[in-house]
Amino acid sequence: MIARDRTLAMLLIALPVCLAGGWLLPAWVQSLLVLALGKGLVVLGLVLLMRTGLVSFGQGLYFCLGAYAAVSVGKIFKLDNSILMSDALVMPLFGAAVAGVVALVLGFLLARYRAIFFAMLSLAFSMILYGLLIKIPALGSSDGFNISFKTVAGVAIAPAAQLYTLYAVAVVLVFFAALALHQYLRSHLGRLAEAVRDNELRVEYMGSSVRYVVHVNYVIAAVLAGLGGGLVGLSIGHVDPDLAYWTTSGEFVFVAVLGGTGSVAAPIIASLLFEAIKSAAYQYTPYTWQMVLGISLLLVIMFLPAGLWSVFQRRAKRA
Amino acid sequence: MTDLVSVLVDGIIYSSYLFIISVGLTLIYGVMKILNMAHGSLYALGAYVTATFVGFWFGHNLNPYVSFLLLPLAAVVVGLVAGPLIERGLLRFMYGKDEIVLVLVTYAILLILEDVIKLAWGVESYSAYQPYGLLGNFEVAGLPYTVYDALLVVVAIGVGVALTWVLTRTRQGKLLLAVIHDREVSAAMGINVQRVYTVTFTVGTMLAALGGALIAPKVSVVPAMGVDVIVLAFAVVVIGGLGSLPGAALGSVIVGLVRSTAVHHMPEVELFSIYFVMALVLIFRPKGLFSAAEARKI
Repeated sequence: MIARDRTLAMLLIALPVCLAGGWLLPAWVQSLLVLALGKGLVVLGLVLLMRTGLVSFGQGLYFCLGAYAAVSVGKIFKLDNSILMSDALVMPLFGAAVAGVVALVLGFLLARYRAIFFAMLSLAFSMILYGLLIKIPALGSSDGFNISFKTVAGVAIAPAAQLYTLYAVAVVLVFFAALALHQYLRSHLGRLAEAVRDNELRVEYMGSSVRYVVHVNYVIAAVLAGLGGGLVGLSIGHVDPDLAYWTTSGEFVFVAVLGGTGSVAAPIIASLLFEAIKSAAYQYTPYTWQMVLGISLLLVIMFLPAGLWSVFQRRAKRA
Repeated sequence: MTDLVSVLVDGIIYSSYLFIISVGLTLIYGVMKILNMAHGSLYALGAYVTATFVGFWFGHNLNPYVSFLLLPLAAVVVGLVAGPLIERGLLRFMYGKDEIVLVLVTYAILLILEDVIKLAWGVESYSAYQPYGLLGNFEVAGLPYTVYDALLVVVAIGVGVALTWVLTRTRQGKLLLAVIHDREVSAAMGINVQRVYTVTFTVGTMLAALGGALIAPKVSVVPAMGVDVIVLAFAVVVIGGLGSLPGAALGSVIVGLVRSTAVHHMPEVELFSIYFVMALVLIFRPKGLFSAAEARKI
């Protein structure tokens, strides 16, 4: 029996609740939420790859591209005061587009790789970007540069309302991304992802191209990572090459494993949980928070191989 | 000409260092099929223990020349404590899981070890510079090099020769090759595969720690050093072919020479060049330069 799918209804309820609820939250929570939502988008893409049976230790590449792209292009072509350098909606979307184009090209190559070779090659590409960025003085070298926004979709925003506006933009973008991904996962192509993970040869015999499936999913994951990078860059107000460093990618993998691949909501919720725990742990036990992360990762791998989300699913089934 | 020589000499010294840190990684992968992300942290652990030993030694004005023995001692201590602890205490419950899951497990170990180091040694930097200058300098084509660096090359060659000898000339080594070839049949033939795994992981850990121990006198020992080095070691073993001993040697030489060429001629592409070569090799020889063809498994 196929369980009734409540994801759509959940998303439609979550959108107005999150938008309205945001008003009531203190500023620091809003800013934390934007960060978590942005990273949640990256993890959403990573989860799609994991459904295909691939783990990328290089999503930092697209995350960083998404954060850098808009302002970098603006700086290089001297487009001061253009929407490319000051619009909170245009910048992440532009970043996502750049990430998508790069992934389209690299995908021809990466779609041939599996398992640790896929992980290592994607890691190499993200480290190439890192190696490049720390040596480009025009983009601030290892210091990076500050970014900010003044408008949203062309509408000027008062400085006092900026944080909430960014939060609203993040909520709306995550809503549409989750919606689109949810529909995609139920489509023919989307369902092939898990088939590829289970048995590539059978997928080929049934007349579908494994490489095509992997390539498409890789590009989608990159677009989501670029979008998330754009949002995180705006929320921090600063970008630097560390966004492409492999530990950043490792963190995404951590959150993806934590949440599991069960639902499009899982990565977002896992990301919110992760940022909350991280900021609390970082404040109270700065020297042991990584240890906490490591131990919880081991516990999840050992006892909840399908991620935290599987707990909810099991309970739902029992009821 | 002078320039070429200095690029070569720098490259060889750096290659030796790379070989020592990556050979343990490739050994562990070759035998256990585990890509050990915690390798860098074990390397850092080796450097910290060395810094403590050397600091104690010179703090008590003991014979400075004996301090060289402290470096391998630190590696052995770290290997014998951390190796069996991680393998027996954790990894053995994970065998049989997917390779990529094992990568995640070792990533968790990395996160834990990073904080263990911070808890034990704090976040300030340590140094163990004393042994570095002790043996004086020598000149190659007018440029001074320390004898310590030359010893690094000797140690790297020694480690490579010793491992090759153990693998191909001794009974234990041949048993190990049998386990690499087919784990189940080896177990059926009466080889204690569990023990082979424990010993391999311990030796691999020791080699990681040895890399850290040998580099400690040259650099300042800081918390992030392991995280930086693990991706370098990945690049080396991936270029050479995961699990291949000559591959690790070749990978080290390639990365070492590429880096020293970059440092001498175009310092801005130093880091970029290493990963660029790694990506190039992966594109044309996905399994590295030293890898046998593998039949496609259904």
